[in-house]
Amino acid sequence: MSVAAIAPASAIPARHRVAARRRIAQGVVIGLLLLATLVAVALLVTILGYVVVRGLPAMNIAFFTERPRPFGEVGGGIAPALIGTLLLAAVSGAIAIPVGIAAAVFVVEYRAGRFAAPVRFAAELIAGLPSIVIGVFVWAFLVRGLVGHYAAIAGAVSLAVIMVPIVARTVEEVLRLVPNSLREAALALGAPRWRVILSVVLPTARAGVLTAAILALARSAGETAPLLLTALGNDFFSTDLLRPIAALPLQIYRYAVSPYDDWHAKAWGASLVLVVVIGAVGVLLRAVARQRVR
Amino acid sequence: MTMRETASREAPGATEARARPAGDSTAPAAPRVFALRTESLSAYYGATQAVGDVDLSFEVGAVTAIIGPSGCGKSTLLRCLNRMHETTPGAHATGRVLLGAVDVYAPATDPVEVRSMVGMVFQKPNPFPMMSVYDNVAAGPRLRGWKMSRREMDDLVERNLRRSALWDEVKDKLHRSGAALSGGQQQRLCIARALATDPSVLLMDEPCSALDPIATYKIEELVRELSHEVTIVIVTHNMQQASRVSERTAFMLAADDGVGRLVEFGKTDDLFTMPRDSRTEAYITGRFG
Repeated sequence: MSVAAIAPASAIPARHRVAARRRIAQGVVIGLLLLATLVAVALLVTILGYVVVRGLPAMNIAFFTERPRPFGEVGGGIAPALIGTLLLAAVSGAIAIPVGIAAAVFVVEYRAGRFAAPVRFAAELIAGLPSIVIGVFVWAFLVRGLVGHYAAIAGAVSLAVIMVPIVARTVEEVLRLVPNSLREAALALGAPRWRVILSVVLPTARAGVLTAAILALARSAGETAPLLLTALGNDFFSTDLLRPIAALPLQIYRYAVSPYDDWHAKAWGASLVLVVVIGAVGVLLRAVARQRVR
Repeated sequence: MTMRETASREAPGATEARARPAGDSTAPAAPRVFALRTESLSAYYGATQAVGDVDLSFEVGAVTAIIGPSGCGKSTLLRCLNRMHETTPGAHATGRVLLGAVDVYAPATDPVEVRSMVGMVFQKPNPFPMMSVYDNVAAGPRLRGWKMSRREMDDLVERNLRRSALWDEVKDKLHRSGAALSGGQQQRLCIARALATDPSVLLMDEPCSALDPIATYKIEELVRELSHEVTIVIVTHNMQQASRVSERTAFMLAADDGVGRLVEFGKTDDLFTMPRDSRTEAYITGRFG
């Protein structure tokens, strides 16, 4: 670059030449962009590296198989939290994924319907709500209302409320990518519209729909605030939807705010497990997204 | 046009294909051929009129070409014939389309049933990408919920791939993705898919405009062969193609108001050799469009 800037390119007429000032400005801007990128990557590496370094010492068989010990006792694990997180993901997914897909299908495939715009607006509003507000809402309606006490189902519902707009908006994008020519081909074959959606549109968008579901599950797996007000946490093994249940973020919180070094180490360990689980889901997601028919 | 092509066009040897194959007893028993005609058919996109007052009748078991410059409404007219036009938001049509005794636009007529009798092939080949070659051909019957055994479906798939002259090329890759075929093969797959539901009319919207000359030649040959079995309406930009494949040709032109109207309709040979309308003559001699 510097050679080009200094050497007089006599063969090129003056008004076609690039001024040296602009070459320098370009170099500076590229340098700044590179710096910003490095900062972002360094942050990521530092966080991940620190979680791994602090979390690894807590890893042992008992950590994955045992329940947390009472206050002050050394040992114990996060097994109930692992089970709780899986159960909450299953229940909230079973509620949110069909609802989200249905909302997206309604908005995209029945766009003539006059409810489409309000539905999309509502999804965007819910997506913008702070998760603690959703937690308070579910607490008021389920914990203080229908169920009457802290319960896993209340946690699952609050996670589902967080997931629905994520699923709906992602699936909406994916459905828009399905070429209209395929819908036309199916309609022209004499298929009713619902059949076109079920047999052609959704299968074509299958990878994207799966991605949306996994994305929403990964996002909700790390939610803590609404669970504090709904699922509460539980030191014992439980799969009862009507009783409080443990979850990884809750367990991290409980271990982290304790005064014991051993529990702090366990908080780091549980953080590492959560990061690895979500990271693995992300890798799975990419594999699914890349998958094609032979 | 070569001797062989002329012979194949005129030989009514396709009677065996016209007669319902014995294994096809599960398909709804509809009469094979319906006359198709339009009465003062107009089409609109919102408030904008695209097609105005078209009266056309399509000869049974023959190929009718619709030609005209871009924007003359020929594709829109075609899409009115199987009520695909109204799937575009804001679009509607007025006038009548008669398919045999069926009033296509009567309030009691279900567009799904109309499309079931009138097949369509689109400009760009559009096989379902997540389906295999086999599943693409089977798509119509399955989407319609026809109850068929595995064996009957195998027969139907093979028969229609043969009808679209694709069987020999794909019989070893029936379970590979339809999107892996060449453009011309994909278009013939789309023809097989459209034929599989046993339509009495086949609408083709510039079926060769995305294809190379050899693939185009194969499709044209196929169109001539199929014309013995189904009534074919083909929209084309290409006047040579219209003269090669069709018995009758309709010429459309958009007037200054942007509304496409029928200018001339008649035997293809007559229309190209002694056009009655000066605008037809100007178009076919390349003076505009």
